[in-house]
Amino acid sequence: MDQVWLIPAFPLAGFLLLVLAGRRLGDPKAGWLATLAVAGSFVASVALFLSLRSQPEDARQIAETLWTWMPADSFQVSFGFLFDELSALMCLFITGVGALIHLYAIGYMRDDPEFPRFFTYLNLFVASMLLLVLGDNLILTFLGWEGVGACSYLLISFWFTDPANASAGKKAFVTNRIGDFGFMLGTFLVFVTFGTIDYLEIAEAAPGVAAATATAIALLFFLAATGKSAQLPLFVWLPDAMAGPTPVSALIHAATMVTSGVFLLTRLSPILERAGWANDLIAWVGALTALLAAGAALAQNDIKKVLAYSTVSQLGFMFIAIGSQNYVGALFHMITHAFFKALLFLGAGAVIYSMAHEQDMRRYGNLRKYLPITFITMGIGWVAISGIPPFAGFWSKDEILAGSFNVQPAGQLLWLVGLVTAILTAFYMTRLMIMTFFGGAEQWRSDAPESLPEVPDDVDAVDAHAHAAHGDDDHAHDDHGHGHHLTPEHTPREAPALMLAPLVVLSVFAAVGGVLNLPFADRLHVLEKWVEPVISGEHELPPAGVQWILAIISIIGAVTGVFLAYRVYQQRKVDAAKLERPVLANAWYIDATYADVVGGPGEAAFQGIADFDHDVVDAAVVGVGTGTGGLAKRLRPLQSGFVRSYAFGIGVGAVALVAFAVLRMSL
Amino acid sequence: MFTFTDTWYLVLAAAIFAIGAVGLIVRRNPLVMFMCVELMLNAVNLTFVTFSRMLNDVGGQAVVFFVMVVAAAEVVVGLAIIVAIMRRREGANADDISLMRG
Repeated sequence: MDQVWLIPAFPLAGFLLLVLAGRRLGDPKAGWLATLAVAGSFVASVALFLSLRSQPEDARQIAETLWTWMPADSFQVSFGFLFDELSALMCLFITGVGALIHLYAIGYMRDDPEFPRFFTYLNLFVASMLLLVLGDNLILTFLGWEGVGACSYLLISFWFTDPANASAGKKAFVTNRIGDFGFMLGTFLVFVTFGTIDYLEIAEAAPGVAAATATAIALLFFLAATGKSAQLPLFVWLPDAMAGPTPVSALIHAATMVTSGVFLLTRLSPILERAGWANDLIAWVGALTALLAAGAALAQNDIKKVLAYSTVSQLGFMFIAIGSQNYVGALFHMITHAFFKALLFLGAGAVIYSMAHEQDMRRYGNLRKYLPITFITMGIGWVAISGIPPFAGFWSKDEILAGSFNVQPAGQLLWLVGLVTAILTAFYMTRLMIMTFFGGAEQWRSDAPESLPEVPDDVDAVDAHAHAAHGDDDHAHDDHGHGHHLTPEHTPREAPALMLAPLVVLSVFAAVGGVLNLPFADRLHVLEKWVEPVISGEHELPPAGVQWILAIISIIGAVTGVFLAYRVYQQRKVDAAKLERPVLANAWYIDATYADVVGGPGEAAFQGIADFDHDVVDAAVVGVGTGTGGLAKRLRPLQSGFVRSYAFGIGVGAVALVAFAVLRMSL
Repeated sequence: MFTFTDTWYLVLAAAIFAIGAVGLIVRRNPLVMFMCVELMLNAVNLTFVTFSRMLNDVGGQAVVFFVMVVAAAEVVVGLAIIVAIMRRREGANADDISLMRG
């Protein structure tokens, strides 16, 4: 069975059905339909994966061209799918994690008046994402790339009646457009260079390309990746994207869409291999993003924002790996991250659900008593992301760190930044766990929302708006589940089984996901063996002894991070306010700087361009019109309407012509 | 003895043409203007025939038939227009019909 098109067809069919009959199906049938569509896609992916695995190692590739999409002389774009080791991997975890999150969303979105619309978008998203990873050429990937961007916009601003949500969606879309422009230019350059945009043909021709061209292509696609995968300088949209419903944050803004940049660069690894310093840039942008985002995560009070910055930071790790040509490490971390970050987001969603849609961690505390299952599953996610062995995150993060150690130049520095980030990761995740599940005091019983200090800068407007919105009675979100807001008498109750089941499944994967690529023996490198044929680029690992030392250091680092957070937040030995500085809470003021630059000189510049358009371009066009009109006004009296004067004019003209002819002849 | 050479015919044609042209410009009655146009056309016809005789080429006479056919067609359309105008307004003055002025 080699019907690759079945994989995206299921969610696409689900989308179309929901468009036509979503309202009639209603809540919860529309959700079940959507879940079934993605589950069907997962089954198709597994079946195709098994058939791929049964092939000999050098023939693991199903290329399927459905039709020629754009035939234009030498520029031929096929609507075709490439199902190889890489896209198989992507399909499996997109549809697998996607199906679980759909299931969860049936519970989370219960009683939302727009329930069917939510699942319509969600299915369209999965279909676009699958198109993105399955496309056999850059244009088809771009179609999926834009599709997921559009769905992300629609879902972030799902509760669009709140202006903050609507503008968060717009911000995500506009920021992504900057990256898309890199994608388009990259595609043009690829076509000019290789004369094709087909991945297989690119891979074949890539070794012959000039280093400078390869560098330019790599940089353009890296720009695309910084947009979609939320890296510096374009990461600012992701924290705001938390305005969307929590399942969206889990599916799109943690597990799948944001990894598409990693996927794209892995797909183009044959070009990246020859891209020289572009790789160092990728690694260092990744490292810097990882570090800065981890710092920002330290001081967030909104539980989803902590996870959002954490996602940015973990994506930074993946880019460190890509920059060190360690694609296996990037893919490995992408998969484990999809497991534990989806788990953490869904867990956070379950907490938010039980706490009457309160997202501020300062109003949580001691929830482990009330939400034992959420606590245990999120606990597994916590140790996984913190890098405690033997949970999934440790193995993938360690592989990235080990792979970065020998990068030339300054690999050790790269490793150090990664290590510091890992310590910070353990710290802020422990902080999140303690503030939510431990801490002794049940904060919501004492603190009225008014008594909480506001976030120091209005950059975090979305955060503040989110609170305000949940206080509004006319807000759609408040209509579902626990409709009232958090009162001191509130008793948190565990979320329904529908929401807990995905948590349990994901926590199992987050715990054992490391087996995909254990470092001890060669035959345990399952993932590496699997994807080896489709990626190029060598990375040099340090000798085994050094690897052991590095691993032990990173374990010590993770434990230190956990321990420090325990001292600060559980034992309260240090005043937390000293750590949670405004500069961190506002994410280094990067977003604010953008706002100031775009709002100040940027706006002035755009105003100047608008003035130029109005005063020069428009004036020229309008001027031609008025000039013609003025001339006509002066010439109009010549047409007197008197037939006899016309006849006279004809006569004079005839005489003049004859005179002219005679004169010319005589000359 | 005095004979009518070809030149006389050409002079006559030129005179008729000039009469027609002047009449077209100075008269205001559309019917008269129309007759002036006919005069000019026939002056040209006379020129054609004269040259045909001078050059011994029958082509000139053939053209005359074309001109007469076209003139007949033109008279049909032109007279119809003039009759239509006459019906709509008192008297006939070409200068009154000047709606198309700029």
